[in-house]
Amino acid sequence: MIANSALERTAFELMTKAAIEIPDDYLAGLRRCADTEKGDLSSFVIQAMLENYEAAKEDRRAMCGDTGLPRWYVKIGNEARIEGGPVALETALRRATATATHEVPLRPNRVHPLWRTDHNNNVGINAPEIEYAFHPDADWIDLTTVHKGGLFGSDYRMLFPGDGIEGIRRFYLDTLIGFGKRGLACQPAIVGVGLGGSKDTSVVLGKQASCLRVVGSRNPDPKIAALEDELKEIGNSIGMGAMGFMGSSMVVDCHIEVGYCHTGGMPMSVHMFCLSSRRSTARLYPDGRVEFRTDPEWFTDYSRRSTVEWAQPMAEAAE
Amino acid sequence: MAMAGSGLKTVHLNLPASTADLRKLEIGSVAYLTGRVFTAREGVYKHAIEDGAGMPASRETLGLANFHCSPAASINADGSHTVGAVTATASFRFARWLDGWLKLSGCNIIIGKGGMTSDIYRNAFVPNNAVYLTTVGYGTGALLGRGIKRVSGVYWAKELGLAQAAWVLEVENFGPFLVESDLDGKSLFERENEKIAPGLAKLYEGTRPATLRRYGETDNKTDEVI
Ligand code: SF4
Repeated sequence: MIANSALERTAFELMTKAAIEIPDDYLAGLRRCADTEKGDLSSFVIQAMLENYEAAKEDRRAMCGDTGLPRWYVKIGNEARIEGGPVALETALRRATATATHEVPLRPNRVHPLWRTDHNNNVGINAPEIEYAFHPDADWIDLTTVHKGGLFGSDYRMLFPGDGIEGIRRFYLDTLIGFGKRGLACQPAIVGVGLGGSKDTSVVLGKQASCLRVVGSRNPDPKIAALEDELKEIGNSIGMGAMGFMGSSMVVDCHIEVGYCHTGGMPMSVHMFCLSSRRSTARLYPDGRVEFRTDPEWFTDYSRRSTVEWAQPMAEAAE
Repeated sequence: MAMAGSGLKTVHLNLPASTADLRKLEIGSVAYLTGRVFTAREGVYKHAIEDGAGMPASRETLGLANFHCSPAASINADGSHTVGAVTATASFRFARWLDGWLKLSGCNIIIGKGGMTSDIYRNAFVPNNAVYLTTVGYGTGALLGRGIKRVSGVYWAKELGLAQAAWVLEVENFGPFLVESDLDGKSLFERENEKIAPGLAKLYEGTRPATLRRYGETDNKTDEVI
């Protein structure tokens, strides 16, 4: 049984870590941008950001004044048991979100869309979002929080099979150039592309691809992995760097996730995870152990399965 | 605190700045500020200009540098203030109030995110001897938070709420900022856009316009969404 108090305590810790500590994989990716960037203004911006992450950690203050929209991703092992059940789990996550908003402090960004009512705690109707996934042969729970910033940098479009890779490239470039000017997307970014599914699935997959995969990871399908490399490369050859200044630092990495879609269509979404690519994960075991990490390990062979039945891949089964 | 290795010109300004001080600013220079700045965005603009409330306090009290920002800050039980990180908010949304606002407030420095168009600079900023400084990143909230030494007042918190209120901040080496517009109304962002535009046609080779168009869509790659 995983204790409710442990869930709430861990969730609070995750909120704090996400707001203050930039994940190592993004940091290493941005340092590589700093090494290759030739544009003087773009270089200056990246250098300032690297100093900003240090200042945030030293002072234990949020790295960006806009602390984004905190949200949750929960992965539940098939054998895991939660004290109080799923309702208690959701309450723990809402409590941790509210407490961290006061204590870090985070900006109370969440308001009612029409009445602009602000509870000053980042909690409200459908907020924070909680998304679920499951995992076979496991008795743990993974909690991940993402503090996604940015009103700019995401777009969706219904493409068709005839649009092909050329259409994908076009929409990708349109989005990066449109939101890259003046740095509206706060690039260099982790760009996520969702391909296929229905409209909502495409948008969800694109967001998860940008926020829940670490820099350097590749899709297991070698042809999709090659497309990830290609899109990263063309994003960095737009001639645009940080804040839209001349340069080559637009994309820290590009991740693509796919879902089967209607035979007539090819929906596509693009998401950019900004200079404050905030995410933090912890695994809670029934014996009380908690392990923190920055790789959400959200996408797995199980989550990407395409068959009716779940059969363990041969390599894993042989271990 | 100039950034190591940057070849950019760095200027330290004491506030309030004179027109002669501002005359020295070139687009693309780095600026740090010491003195008094105050936050004001759509809430203050609307109340001051459209509701006819005038300014929340005197020019001496507020200073002449207006920051487009809602700080991650709270008012403590003893009336003191805690400011965590601060980050500017996108300024283009406030353009329509700017001419009236610069005249009413006497501000000659606007600090924000992403700048405005050179049309606005020519029509509203230049006649009022004002410049625009942009924050950097834009995620440098922790660095900016360090530059704030004290909150010397909060105005219209009751009328507008904490996020929209006018916060008066005493700052020291507050920055970094980049000079986005100068006294002639030139824009750094537009200069950079022009440099990038010629390469775009080549980049679009090997792409294809979508089969299904969208309303309001433009295919002119020099256009901006703002
Ligand atoms: S997009 Fe990211 S870096 Fe930019 S202001 Fe928002 S949270 Fe900060």
